[in-house]
This record gives sequence, C-alpha cells and structure tokens, in this order.
Amino acid sequence: MIEIRIHGRGGQGAVVASQIIAEAAFREGMHVQAFPSFGSERRGAPVAAFVRLDREPVLIRTEIYEPDGLIVLDQSLITQKLVDVTQGVKEGAWVLINSAHEPAEFSHLGPFKIATVDASRIAIEHRLGSITSPIVNTAILGAVCQLTGFVSLDSLGEAIRATVPIKPEANVAAAVEAAAAVSVLAPQGVGR
Amino acid sequence: MRMVVKGNGAVAHAVRLSRAQVVSAYPITPQTSIIEEIATMVAKGQLDARFIKVESEHSALAGCISASSAGARAFTATSAQGLALMHELIHWAAGARLPIVLANVNRAMAPGWSIWTDQNDSLSQRDTGWMQIYCESSQEVVDSVIQAFKVSERVLLPTMVVLDAFFLSHTFEDVEMPEQEVVDSFLPPLELPHKMDLAHPAALGNLVFPDRYMEFRRKMDLAHDLALGVWDEVGREWGQLTGRTYRIVEEYRMDGAELVLVTAATAGSTARPVVDQLREAGVPVGLVRLRVFRPFPASILRSLLGGRAKVLVLDRNCSFGHHGIFHQEVKSALYDLPQAEQPRVCGVIAGLGGRDITPDDLEEMLTGVWKDRITDPVTWWDVLSAQDPAKAALAMS
Repeated sequence: MIEIRIHGRGGQGAVVASQIIAEAAFREGMHVQAFPSFGSERRGAPVAAFVRLDREPVLIRTEIYEPDGLIVLDQSLITQKLVDVTQGVKEGAWVLINSAHEPAEFSHLGPFKIATVDASRIAIEHRLGSITSPIVNTAILGAVCQLTGFVSLDSLGEAIRATVPIKPEANVAAAVEAAAAVSVLAPQGVGR
Repeated sequence: MRMVVKGNGAVAHAVRLSRAQVVSAYPITPQTSIIEEIATMVAKGQLDARFIKVESEHSALAGCISASSAGARAFTATSAQGLALMHELIHWAAGARLPIVLANVNRAMAPGWSIWTDQNDSLSQRDTGWMQIYCESSQEVVDSVIQAFKVSERVLLPTMVVLDAFFLSHTFEDVEMPEQEVVDSFLPPLELPHKMDLAHPAALGNLVFPDRYMEFRRKMDLAHDLALGVWDEVGREWGQLTGRTYRIVEEYRMDGAELVLVTAATAGSTARPVVDQLREAGVPVGLVRLRVFRPFPASILRSLLGGRAKVLVLDRNCSFGHHGIFHQEVKSALYDLPQAEQPRVCGVIAGLGGRDITPDDLEEMLTGVWKDRITDPVTWWDVLSAQDPAKAALAMS
C-alpha cells in the first residue's frame, strides 16, 4: 500500500489533487482512497489531503500518519515554518516540493528522496488560476508521475479530464510539462 | 460500473438507482453533499423525483411522511442535531409504518460543537421503531441503501442507513455501482398497502384508546422480528445479483477465536488487518461486526460468541451513567447463554467526536484484553485520566 500526504493552502487544490491521484490509480486497476484533512477549510490557511493506493482493497479507514510520499504545493509552508511537513514521513520516502529552487535547498528536511518542480511557473504559463495565486495541483501531479512511476502520464491525463471542470487540456499540458521539469536529489545514506 | 465516489456520493447514487420519488431535506454538515448531489440529479433529469427544500429537519421528515403516506418512495438525509430535531417525527414515521429510508451521517452531538463522527446521534434514536444499519465502506453504503428500501417496503418500517462522518462521507473510494436494470429487477415499485387513496377515504393518525394502542405496538415489534429474516434473505438475494452477499452480522476469522472484537462501522474495516497481524503473532482473535443493529441480532450473537473466552466490545458512543451502547446490548444478549458458555466481556469507549481509532489503538486494546492488562468492565480509551474522579466530574475545563 502507498500512502501519500499533500500539503497546501486552502484554494490551491490539495483536495482535488488527492482525488485526481486516486482517479488515475483507479484507471490502472488499483483500489484507492482519497480524503481531505477532516474539518473546515479557509482560503490561504494550511490544509492537507491524503491518498491510499493498493492492488488489494483498502481496509484501513483512518487518517494517515506515516506517509510513503509527500507533496508540498506551497514551499512557504516550509520556509515560513508554518507546518512540520515531514512529520511522520517514512525514511527514504519521496518528498516533492513546488519550488523554483534546486532540491538540495531542502536537504535539511531529512533522509528523503527530495524533488522540486516549479509548478507555479508552469501553471501560470498555462493560465491556470491567476499570476498571484496559480492553481498548481495538476502540474505538480505530472511531476509525481515522473518521480514515482506508480501511475502513467496517460492515466493522469484521463483522470484530470474526468475531474477538472475547466480548462482540462491546459491542465493536462501543464502536467506533461512538469513531468519533464522535475529535478531529484537522491537521499543520503538511503538506498532507494 | 466501477467508479470513484465519496461516501456521500455513494448514498446519492443509491437513491437515484432506487428511483426515490420524493426527497425532502435540509442541509447539515457532514451530510450536505448527499442532498446537493441528489438535487443536482433531479435538476438534470437523472432522477425523476420531487425535491422539496424545507426550513428545518423536522419539516424534512414531515415531507417524507406525507409523501410516503401517499405511497411515494421517500428519502431524506441528516446528521446529529438535525436528526435530534426530527425526533418527534422519527417516532411518527415508524408508528405510521412508513417505509422511509434516511441516511444518517454519524456526527457527534453538541455541545461542544463537533462536525466529526460518533454514534450517539443515531443510537439516541434506538427505541423509536426504526431499523438501523451501520456501514463500513462506501460499497456497503450503496448496497445497503438499495437493500433498505426493499426491506422497509416488505416489513413496513423505516430504515436509518448510518455512515461515519468523514471516514466515509468525505472519503473517495472505488465502488462498484450497480446497473439500473439490476436494481430494477431487485426493487419493484412501491405498493404501500395503507396509502392514502381518494377512492377509499380513511383517517390516519387518529386517537387510539388503551384497548387498541398496545396491539399497534406489538405489531411494530413483530415486524422487527420478521425483518431480521428479511435482511438476511435480501442480503443473499443481492449477493446472487451482484456477487456481494451481506449478512446481518459480518464475521471475520472466527475459526478458533478465543478473543472476539465486536464493533460496528469503519472500525470494523480497520480492524481486519489488525486481526490478521495478531493471528500471525499467535493471538487467537476474531472479529464480529454488527451491521444490522435494529432489529437486534441477539441469537446470532449468542451463537457466535458463546463459548469464547473473552469479548471486547468497542463503542464509538456512550450511554452516560452506564456503558457503551453496543456493549450493553451484547452483554444482555449473552446473559441467556448457559453460564459455562458466557465469555468475559470488556467494553472500550473510543473515537468520540471523530478522534481516530488507529490500527495501533486496536492492537493495543486487543492485546491488553488478551493479556489481562485491560480487565475493567469499561475503559475510556486515550483520554486524560482523572486523578480525582469526584473533582473531575465537576470541572468544566
């Protein structure tokens, strides 16, 4: 079973991102769960969403505490120390951050496979959201495909078309571009 | 077809497939997206129903009672304070023997305000004459809503289909959505024998004198007895059509089980891998998940639990001043066993107000009972312990 946690701010599309991952994995025959952090959300405030994927039916119906993968839609959650994003994240897990910086800039986060992609720039180029608050959730998922390989870009494209109500093709194009733009730093001392 | 839906969406699709004719509802978190989706289906012409917007949950159920009295298949959904506000009419719907189906998304009662799950809202409607069924997955939600209409319409009692807030209501899962033809072949149009009929005028809800009232109540109780068999039969029939057979009580790894966890809803799903793990570690544990809670499957529980060494009942609810509610009911059922076959029963109250019940919690509870570390009749799980119970009882912070 793969467990993923997504951090973002209210309005960035963390919950929809979790839903798209689930839809994409579902299209590859997996059993899925996707859910928001349970409670109320406010625009701009830190939010989280979660995904479980498995070849077998998913029986565990609880929150996720030790994810195998982490997606951070907004690097300011880390740089402004708003959220302890790596809390409970398994050693050697992949950590994907929406950032224009190289992944080495985030190596202080711990023994993880750290990757970055400038999903904000890509989203703005594809006119997703506004220049000040781009919708980065679809772009970053392209990078997730590239980084993890557990769903194909084709399945992701189908899931985006099925889930995103407006500009589906621009969202798919952003995901494809982000897949080619991800940079990865291998974890130190962890063979994976 | 297989699809990915939220638990609330699963309810809405099941209501659509059941061809509900009247939906009367009022929004409340975490139920709201059920009726939003149904309203959208009605607006788009995907469901040929009258959607009645009302000003309160009391009126929502009044709308369903009226529609059902006229012979229409009626549905509503609510949670917590909304269900409590319906309470007067909850009794009415059952007493009038109307086969209404209500989805209750379990939400803890206020104060303090909570939107998260526990079972005190639905369980405080236990004695109203409604049937109650607790679901562990969105698949079971779909299948149970459809079955609920069938059973309700056979025995003329309303059914509350219960699902956990957030752990089901707001979680997307992959679900096999049955085809319309399958549901149509399973669930014929409603023919309510006592529906309002202009050709045969009658008065409903009249004064009933003491010489007759008890007879009506006895009939309700007999209908519950009858319903136990009907739930079983309908669960099997659904299995023949879809490959998914449902039992009144679901059992897991009960062969040779000396310790049995009894619980309901999503905790029963999370518990299965935990049971597997403990079995591998040599603990002879099994699982019984209460699915149909009213009518209460006392004799089934006696046959499943009689002769076992220990039973742990996990309640996401509490009857203040006594035990967890499932705990009381299980114990009372087991009292009819010969003394030599009676297991020792411990209760754990956990997960109130949406606090998570994790696999680690379940493992700790089960090993605690198995190794006699947990021996109290009732244990409140994972709460700050009160040093001085008398002081704690009166402290408001």
